[in-house]
Amino acid sequence: MSPNPEKKLEKTLVDINYLLKEAPREKHFITGAQAMAEAVKRASVDMAIAYPITPQSEVMHLVGDIYAQGHIKEYYRAEEELGTMSAIAGAARAGVRLFTATSGPGLLRGLEAIVSWPGHRVPAVLGILTRVINAPLSIQPDNIEMAYMMHCGAVMLHAENQQDTFDFTLAAFAIAEKVDVYIPVAVATEGFFVTHAKGYVEMTPEDMALTEFDPVAAPVPAMDNETPPARIQRDAPVQKSNFMSYLIHAVWQQEIWDSNKRAMKYIYEYLGGPIEVKNPESDVFLIASGCAAAQAREAWRYAQEAGLSVGLIKVRAIRPFPIDEIRDAVKNAKSIIVPEHNIIGWLCKEVKAAIPNGGIVTEGPRVYGGMTLPVELIMKEIHNSLGLEYDLKL
Amino acid sequence: MADKTRKKRYNIRISGLGGQGVVTTAHILGSTMDNAGQYASLVPFFGSEKRMAPVEAYVRASTEPIYEVGEVVYPDIILIYHSQVVTHGKSYTMPFYTGLKPDSLIIINSEVNVLDEDDVKVLKDLRATVVQFDATKLALDTAGTELATNMAMMGMMLGLINLVSIDNIETAVKERFLGTSFVSSGGTAMLDSAIEKKFKKKEELLQKNMEVISKTFEMANSIDLDTEDLIIKFDI
Repeated sequence: MSPNPEKKLEKTLVDINYLLKEAPREKHFITGAQAMAEAVKRASVDMAIAYPITPQSEVMHLVGDIYAQGHIKEYYRAEEELGTMSAIAGAARAGVRLFTATSGPGLLRGLEAIVSWPGHRVPAVLGILTRVINAPLSIQPDNIEMAYMMHCGAVMLHAENQQDTFDFTLAAFAIAEKVDVYIPVAVATEGFFVTHAKGYVEMTPEDMALTEFDPVAAPVPAMDNETPPARIQRDAPVQKSNFMSYLIHAVWQQEIWDSNKRAMKYIYEYLGGPIEVKNPESDVFLIASGCAAAQAREAWRYAQEAGLSVGLIKVRAIRPFPIDEIRDAVKNAKSIIVPEHNIIGWLCKEVKAAIPNGGIVTEGPRVYGGMTLPVELIMKEIHNSLGLEYDLKL
Repeated sequence: MADKTRKKRYNIRISGLGGQGVVTTAHILGSTMDNAGQYASLVPFFGSEKRMAPVEAYVRASTEPIYEVGEVVYPDIILIYHSQVVTHGKSYTMPFYTGLKPDSLIIINSEVNVLDEDDVKVLKDLRATVVQFDATKLALDTAGTELATNMAMMGMMLGLINLVSIDNIETAVKERFLGTSFVSSGGTAMLDSAIEKKFKKKEELLQKNMEVISKTFEMANSIDLDTEDLIIKFDI
C-alpha cells in the first residue's frame, strides 16, 4: 500500500501522562481487538506491518481500517510472519513508530526475528493475542506462547480485560521509546476471552493523540543521509575476532536486560506499578495475570462474601518481572494459588523463583487447550488452602 | 430451599437444539439484565449451525459487576429446551446436569419425565429442583407458534429468580424484534406501507411473546420451592 499523506488528520498531540491520566474519557462497549486498535489510533503510529495468518485476531484488520481512515501513514502487508517481524526491524532503522500484532503460531513463526529486536534496539509495540500452539490443533485461547517470549529481553505486559488492553497498548509506545529503555514492548492478552468479547472501555477522544515519534532521541539513532548506521549494523562484531564478538555480544545483551529493568519505573509512572494488590494482610493469595486475573478477581470477590482471608495479586508486567514487589506482598502469606491458562505454569515458576518459600505455592489450577478457567476450581483451591470443605460434587 | 432463588449471581447454562432460539434467549436475557440496571455476560457455543443440532449458550446474570469470562462449567441454573437433549444426549455437556451446583434449579421443556433413576438420585443429593412443563405446547396455545418456546423457558426462569420485572423483559424483547434504530419515515408510499406491514406483524409477534412470558410468570409465582419434591410438574 502507498503512503496516505492526503488523509493526514488534524489531531491534538499530547504527552503520554496527559493522555493516560488526565484526558477526558468516554465509555464504550467494545471487543479487546477493538480496544487495541483504538489505542493504536491514538498513538500517532507511523507504520503498521502484518501478515493475515490464521489464526489471528481482528487487530491487524482493524488497524488496516485505521490506516484507510488516515490515522496511520503506512501499512505494509508482509509475505509471512518472519517477513513481518524482519520488516519491523528494518523499518525501525529508518526511525518510525511501529506496530504489529500476531497470535499463537504466527508469533512462533516470527519469533526468530522478534527475539533479535531487543538487541537491534527496535522500539516497536507488538500485540500478542494468545491462541493455542502445538498439536493437536485448537484455535482457542491458551497463553503458553508467552513463555517463548519471556527470554528475549522485550518488555511484556499482560492485560486482564479490554480496558487494560487499551491502556497498556498506549503506555507501551511511551515505554518502548524511552531513551533509557528503547526495546520492544509486547502487550499480551487472551484471544477470544478478551479479543472477541466485548467489555466496557473508557477511551480518550479520537482527535487526541500521543506526541510523534522522535527518531533522534535514541541510543541507536535512526539512519539517514547524515546519520550513518550504528556501528553494530555496519560493522558486525562477528567479523572481528571470536573474542571481540563474545565480548560485544555479552556487554550488549547485559545492556538490553538492564534496559528491560529500567522499564519498571515507567510501568510505575504510567500503569500504577507492575502489580495490583487487594487485601494485603491475607493468609491466602491468588496471583494471576491476564484473563486468569479476571477469573481470580471473581474468586476473590466470592471469598470476600464468604469472609475468607484471601488476597489478590494481579501481575501486569511479566517482563521486567516484579520480583521485589511480589516477594514483599506475600511475605506473610501462608499459601499462594496461581491459576493459569497454560499447561507449564510459567507464572507459577516465576513466582516460586521470586520468593524464598516456594513450598507454599499451589501449582494451578491450570486449564489449557482453550477452555475457560472455572472460578469454582480456584474456589476449591482456596478452600483446600484454608482446610475447608468446598461443596463441588460434580 | 429458597436459597435457589435469592442469589446475587446466577450462572446459567441453556441447552437446546438448533432453531429453538437458545442463543436468542441469551441475548434477550443479557439485554433484560441491562435494562434492569443489573449486569450480564453471555457466551454462545455451537458446532454446525443447523436445526436440531446441539446448541448451548451461557449467561451470567448478577446484581454486581462480572469479571469472569468463558463457558459456564458449574451452573446454578440449567434450562433444557428439548427432551432430546437428555434422552438422545444432544448436548455438549453429558450428562446434562454435569457441574450443577448444590441447591440449584433445572427447568425442562417436556410433557413426560425424562429423568432415569440414576439422574433422580444425583439430583436429589444436590438438593436440586426440577421444574418440568411443556413449554412448546404453552407457546403453541398462547402465541400460536412453537417459536415462542424460548420465551416460555426464559419467562419461567425469570419468574423464579426475581432479578428483573416484566417491563425490563418487554423492553429487551422489543429491542430484539423491533430494533432500537427503527425509523418509520420511509421514502415512497410503497416503502412506507411495506415497513408498516412488517412492523405490524412484528408488533403482534412481540405481544404474543409477552403473553407467553406473563403466563409463565404466573406459573412461577405459584411454585413453592420449599417443597421436598424433586420434580414440580405443570400440565399445559
